[in-house]
Amino acid sequence: MIGDTTLIAPETGCAPARQPEVLRAGVIRERGQREVFCGLTGIIWLHRKMQDAFFLVVGSRTCAHLLQSAAGVMIFAEPRFATAIIEERDLAGMADCQDELDRIVDRLLTRRPEIRTLFLVGSCPSEVIKLDLSKAAQRLDVKFSPSTRILNYSGSGIETTFTEGEDACLTAIVPEMPTAAATDAANLLVVGALPDIVEDQFGRLFAELGIANVSYLPARRMADLPPVGPNTRFLLAQPFLTETAGALQRRGATRLDALFPFGAEGTTDWLRAAADAFGVDPAHFNRVVAPGRERAKRAITHCRERLEGKTITFLPDSQLELPLARFLATELGMVPVEVGTPYLNRELNARELALLPAGTRLSEGQDVDLQLDRVRLDRPDLTVCGLGLANPLEAEGLSTKWAIELVFSPIHGFEQAGDLAELFARPLRRRDVLRV
Amino acid sequence: MQLAVWTYEGPPHVGAMRVATAMNGVHYVLHAPQGDTYADLLFTMIERRGKRPPVTYTTFQARDLGTDTASIFQNAVRDAYERFQPKALLVGASCTAELIQDDPAGLAEALNLPCPVVPLELPSYQRKENWGASETFYRIVRQLVDKDIKPAAREGRRPSVNLLGPCALGFRHRDDVAEVRKLLDSLGIDVNCVAPLDAAPDDIRTLGRADFNIVLYPEIGTEAARWLEQVLGQASIRTVPIGVAATQEFIEEVSALAGVDPSSALADANSRLPWWSRSVDSTYLTGKRVFIFGDATHAIAAARIAHEELGFEICGLGCYNREFAREMRTAAKMYNIEPLITDDHLLVEDAILSAAPELVLGTQMERHIAKRFGIPCAVISSPVHVQDFPARHSPQMGFEGANVIFDTWIHPLVMGLEEHLLTMFRDDFEFSDAAGPSHLHSKAHATAPEAAAKPEHHADLQSDLHVGDLALAEPLSDVALSWSAEAEKELRKIPFFVRGKARRNTEAFATAQGRTVIDLVTLYDAKAHYAR
Repeated sequence: MIGDTTLIAPETGCAPARQPEVLRAGVIRERGQREVFCGLTGIIWLHRKMQDAFFLVVGSRTCAHLLQSAAGVMIFAEPRFATAIIEERDLAGMADCQDELDRIVDRLLTRRPEIRTLFLVGSCPSEVIKLDLSKAAQRLDVKFSPSTRILNYSGSGIETTFTEGEDACLTAIVPEMPTAAATDAANLLVVGALPDIVEDQFGRLFAELGIANVSYLPARRMADLPPVGPNTRFLLAQPFLTETAGALQRRGATRLDALFPFGAEGTTDWLRAAADAFGVDPAHFNRVVAPGRERAKRAITHCRERLEGKTITFLPDSQLELPLARFLATELGMVPVEVGTPYLNRELNARELALLPAGTRLSEGQDVDLQLDRVRLDRPDLTVCGLGLANPLEAEGLSTKWAIELVFSPIHGFEQAGDLAELFARPLRRRDVLRV
Repeated sequence: MQLAVWTYEGPPHVGAMRVATAMNGVHYVLHAPQGDTYADLLFTMIERRGKRPPVTYTTFQARDLGTDTASIFQNAVRDAYERFQPKALLVGASCTAELIQDDPAGLAEALNLPCPVVPLELPSYQRKENWGASETFYRIVRQLVDKDIKPAAREGRRPSVNLLGPCALGFRHRDDVAEVRKLLDSLGIDVNCVAPLDAAPDDIRTLGRADFNIVLYPEIGTEAARWLEQVLGQASIRTVPIGVAATQEFIEEVSALAGVDPSSALADANSRLPWWSRSVDSTYLTGKRVFIFGDATHAIAAARIAHEELGFEICGLGCYNREFAREMRTAAKMYNIEPLITDDHLLVEDAILSAAPELVLGTQMERHIAKRFGIPCAVISSPVHVQDFPARHSPQMGFEGANVIFDTWIHPLVMGLEEHLLTMFRDDFEFSDAAGPSHLHSKAHATAPEAAAKPEHHADLQSDLHVGDLALAEPLSDVALSWSAEAEKELRKIPFFVRGKARRNTEAFATAQGRTVIDLVTLYDAKAHYAR
């Protein structure tokens, strides 16, 4: 049965008992070369989720090349994203950028009349030349209203790191959400793009719990955006939604504090936050959650023997690092050595931080060469890093798990807990089976 | 502005990275915003390099703008020099840094580093990747070559050449170099230096030792070769040895310049394309309509092979690199066709559809276009994906390259005997036209037209296709299993390529557990059971 006790952080070695202050003081803050994606990359999964939206990046050939490299083979299925590449004549003032943009959007929407929302996505070049995309969005919005809404956000590298692109996009959507009156019944909002199958699983659990009014941001179709108001409670499904959370709070919604829904315990805690907020009877909660929770525990036991006691280092990538390190430490017995994150939001991660084993080194930001020096010194059993570093580290004899897969694969919730553990176990198993 | 989903070429600084990564002892400091490091993975993943590209990015962020991006750049240069101790340093700006107008050349010079610093001016809003590679290589050669180094007297030594153009992320560059080296060795010619691939700054310094240059890839090597011609008086060979005839011409030109006897090299017994192409099974290749697109060098070479060595009819020819438009036009004239010179893949797609070829030779992009429309295809040029950086030896150049090309291009086509059978048993269900050749995925072939018409519904089409497969799967036991509607629906959400396995596993699990109804709980119990 499930107890109501809070989780106890595992202690590693002879480390002193956990003290949040020590953790706080122990964060390494670095500035230097960052080996990370920019926020434009978020488009790759956001456009799959939002089925009637199109993402038009206004940027350079580099931006188009990045999207193409990140999208892999997906680029060929007539994707709902593209780049308006700024050319010499745009910069030299020979062409008015705003006129050019109008021309391109015209052409695009004629070709794809089924598009209901068009995002103009800012990039480094468009930010640096101060091309006013919000003005362009307003102007085009009037022109194409009501059939197509035109919104704008920035996915530039100078402002956003990888998953922060989703944060910026959702922040731009929040003002579009209908207003719920103060007299409306309380509703639950799950925030963060999740694979459909995961969203459906959560949907069933909420229904069984008796929480009727549940919706998701982003919605699969922009026409179905859920209302938000003072009776809205929201759960973040992803840890990188700092700005979105702020925007929702400014519209009166209340954030439910919880662990992020990774693993049996994370998912239980996350669901419990909603159950508590909606007055679900604890006994009923336990009855509903028990089967999934037990299944999740069973599914991860297969990996536990392989992962228990193994050391792991996360290089900064997506902000998922903290919750994932917590999951690996508390449920699989792994020993986090260094957990790097591009940005550390202490408020959203407070509960995650409290569960990290004592002695875990935290780092925010990056100076990649210095960080790699630490990895080489630590020689963790597994290093979670980007694709630019993975093969070079493997060549140095370090096992790696490439981080971007954690953003593209279904990993949230009970039913994915085993898959999530397997993502980390597989490179180690492979290392053991290979005889070449 | 130009609307683009796919680009054939990256920005010019990626070209510079290709040169830096190809070389030894060179480091490139790139003034670039956070995020531009994505380009590293082209080298570590697609080319599978076991080392990080020798590139330091300044990764400036919004808060740095207007204050200290210049000092960020200088610090990055200083740190990179101390850490990597390069023998030569490249400095430059990516597209965004070009806009903020720090001066990498001046800033680096002010540091007085004890190694040569090569500043790169790469106009990102006008030029592209190949140009960037060519310009970078030219700047390196221009700055590092020691003009006083001349070839030794010819008496008592073998002639010696430089191979210019091979680079990182080049289509089959690794194996082409091996093949050309072998060929030159059989002629009694030494290779002084291959550059930029695997060359160190010192090797560049001594390029003048060679008697002449061979430009293997004009897109990257021509500018440098031209300069070496002017300044050192080194002649250069521009014939690219792709195809049997081109290889023979190459051998003759090289031999003439080096003063050696070409006959043994010309009579290479391992040149099998000519006989393969004359053998009767190849008769069916005659007049097959082929559409060719790629970088100019590979496309022009491919057209000649297709026309003269395989007996195809060329129904389309083009390239994406405008720098070589003149060469492309000249080549197209020989086949009486209008060349397609564009970097817009939608135009290429239109051209392919209107030409209605039986074979497409192109890049990764044309491979996907051809796949969608069910046309056989082979890859002849960059850009390419990871499978075209193979583990096995597969050159395009020389006689072995021609052998590789014969196999690669013919493989997707229906060969003679099979085509004969198709005609004979036209109405037989297993041999019907729709079934396609046995070695291709006939399913993809059959669904291609619908998929092309409604690309957004591609996944649905595929899943529908697989329902049939699953229905045919044999029941696992005598006990009748029934799926609840909800579980069935859930199963459909699993990607089609693992769905069959999920269904079988779930049924096996249910049978073992003695359950007769498969509901959601059973589905996920089974998933947990099989989780590893």
